[in-house]
Amino acid sequence: MTPTTPPADAQKDASQVRQKEMIARHFDRLAAAPETGDKTAYTFVPGNLTELLLSFDLLPVLPEINALQSAMRGKTAEYIALAEKLGHSEDVCTYVKSDIGMLKSGNIGPTGQRLPNPDVLLLSYTGCFTFMKWFELLREEYHCPVAMLHVPYQPEGRITPSMRDYVVKQLKDEIIPELERVSGRAYDEDKLKEHLRLAAQAEDDLVWVLQSAKHKPSPIDAYFGAVYYVGPIFSAFRGTQAAVDYYRALRAEIAVRIAKGQGPVTPDGEIEHERFRVVVEGPPNWTSFRQFWKMFADEGAVAVASTYTKVGGVFDTGFRHDPSRPLETLAEYCLGCYTNLGLPTRIKLLAQYLKEYEADGFLINSVKSCNSFSAGQLHIMREVERLSGKPGGFVESDLVDPRYFSAANIKNRLESYFQMLEQKRLGGAA
Amino acid sequence: MRDALALPEIVSRAEALYRDYSLGTVRDWKKRTGGLAVGYMPIYIPRELLHAQGVLPVGLMGARDDLEIIKGDAYYQSYICHIPRSTIELGLNGRIDCLDGVLFPAICDVIRNLSGMWQMLFPDKLVRYLDVPQNFDPAIGGRFYRDELEALSADLTARGARPYDEDALRTSLEIYNIERRLVRDLYALRQAEPWKVPTSELYVVLRALLVLPVEEGIVMLEQYRSAVENATDRQPLDQARVLLTGSFCEQPPLGLIRTLERAGCYIVDDDFVQITRWIRSDIPLDGDPLQRLVEAFLSDAIASPTRYLDHGEKGAELVERMRASGAEGVLFCAPSFCDPALLDQPMVVRAVERTKVPWTAFKYSENTGQFQVIREQAGTFADSIKLWSEA
Repeated sequence: MTPTTPPADAQKDASQVRQKEMIARHFDRLAAAPETGDKTAYTFVPGNLTELLLSFDLLPVLPEINALQSAMRGKTAEYIALAEKLGHSEDVCTYVKSDIGMLKSGNIGPTGQRLPNPDVLLLSYTGCFTFMKWFELLREEYHCPVAMLHVPYQPEGRITPSMRDYVVKQLKDEIIPELERVSGRAYDEDKLKEHLRLAAQAEDDLVWVLQSAKHKPSPIDAYFGAVYYVGPIFSAFRGTQAAVDYYRALRAEIAVRIAKGQGPVTPDGEIEHERFRVVVEGPPNWTSFRQFWKMFADEGAVAVASTYTKVGGVFDTGFRHDPSRPLETLAEYCLGCYTNLGLPTRIKLLAQYLKEYEADGFLINSVKSCNSFSAGQLHIMREVERLSGKPGGFVESDLVDPRYFSAANIKNRLESYFQMLEQKRLGGAA
Repeated sequence: MRDALALPEIVSRAEALYRDYSLGTVRDWKKRTGGLAVGYMPIYIPRELLHAQGVLPVGLMGARDDLEIIKGDAYYQSYICHIPRSTIELGLNGRIDCLDGVLFPAICDVIRNLSGMWQMLFPDKLVRYLDVPQNFDPAIGGRFYRDELEALSADLTARGARPYDEDALRTSLEIYNIERRLVRDLYALRQAEPWKVPTSELYVVLRALLVLPVEEGIVMLEQYRSAVENATDRQPLDQARVLLTGSFCEQPPLGLIRTLERAGCYIVDDDFVQITRWIRSDIPLDGDPLQRLVEAFLSDAIASPTRYLDHGEKGAELVERMRASGAEGVLFCAPSFCDPALLDQPMVVRAVERTKVPWTAFKYSENTGQFQVIREQAGTFADSIKLWSEA
């Protein structure tokens, strides 16, 4: 149901406010790029090579993040409609269509400023077939160079020397020379190493934050809330001092919440009574993000772990960027992103989360737009139930197409699911 | 010289093979030879390597409109294409249990994820995701692809196939060169005299090749070629020459192809069953045959939407195919929810529009049963082409 009155101002943590300022500064730099001469690289979240881009002083632009922010600002319905009018199929990824629609509408970014055209499209082809087509489409619009990095898939859940060598060779022989050409700067390995060192520091603190959800009550929501937490590290800030400072401050903020025994902060206030601990698989819906979160919060349901927060890197199983092996570590990072992992590995990870975070069950938000995530999720659900003995729930929506968010259906399903968890708990206690 | 067979007999045998969900010929071959049979999903795998190790490659292209999907639908949401659900159905109901394994080439995320499901559903079978390079530098993508092929070869040997042998692979390259040449010749004949080679016939012949040993497939191709050349009763009709594109993975039902022909279209080029045309020319037989196979993939493969086009204009190859086939129109005929075809389409449409050649687009599913709307659309399209060309 669409609210008839505007929602109250969302309650925000200090870290959220800080992040907002970081992002605003980044978009200011992007908007000023035509005047300052800063060069920009459009790239993707999974397998992003932010440290490498920063070592060339290139400013990253993440079209997926622009699309989701457009959705949160209520702009994607018109962007998608425009793209479909231009011949893009109703069947394909709505991130792509939102991006095309935004481009055709003047390329106004989330802060209301015009985004600069890319100087290079860094196509890190990691874990998502659509990425390849997306940048083929953008290449036709921008007529700029494309640096293509093909990252092999991990069907067996392990990185072979051949996979690593393949990615490293591409970095050495194709990506770096192209970035040198575009930026006009020589490759500086020491600079890259410094960014990688900072990345690893921020990754340590991010993992601490995500794992704080093992506390009862959890001080964070590791799906909806964690979307904000991964923002800097998945976008333009990994490998910067600003990201290190942000995650250090975030960690301190969460430590206070743990000490006080507080639950997560949602836009509508704190969850004071944690009734259900759930693990969530799949990306959120962005057009009704707050409404979707509220459906959980109203039931006292807290996400204690999620897979979406691993699309830009699975750090909680131990990976850290290693400055002593700069190109190898970038290769391993790309290879290890969540959607680049085979289904058996994804299933094991979910079952592991259920156990480690002592969750009551898991929910899958299956989005129409993303076959990389969604194809096979019904199988994932059955297998995770079998391995963990915990019940799974399944809801369907989309990333940024408001036509595919049916609030009443989703609410019904969630309520039934939580009732079932409650019943199970009562039955278990009897 | 092959024995001359009557055209209806050849086509009827091909259609029976196309309709045999239980892979009778594969079962017979296994009984006869004791060899391994390994299935593969569209679009491309190096069949030559399997053949050289004594393995029968078996093409899997989903099902048709006559397979009731019960279990398969329980694995997929409504917004996923149809081929993975019918493939799961065939796997779970035992129809393809004669296969010792299945290869899943890198086509899209749906087929990629299906490989993971297959690993878990059929743990005793060989299941391999075949990652193909999107980097076409021989020293980079070529090295990676060679590693993939060597790993595949080792997997086959571990399952009981003959070990890799250079001479055997050279012989296999030669045999598959013959098959590719015969298919190219049939496509050329259809372009020249489409009334002699109806696509609905050629299509079932191509589908039959997927389940036959290549040596028998070659015989079928030769017999079909000879029979259509002698079919003097086949005379030209007033049809529009169209190129059909987008149907490279999930295949349309045969009824849809027949409908297009009945609606007034001569399909003079298409994307069906591309395995026999993925490599465009003969693979050289000199030197290291595995390297030749790698090089053919890197530098002589078609511009499929599943490949990253690192140079040239999108749609340029399609435009060239339009020119070569004398197509007067283009049918964009893609399966619903097919990412490679549908994400590519706006770019390729623009390339076609630059040539001023008319086009139309529709979608299907492999189990589409109603063709009336498509018949009207294709009929109108064909009529308009004929009217324009007469103007």
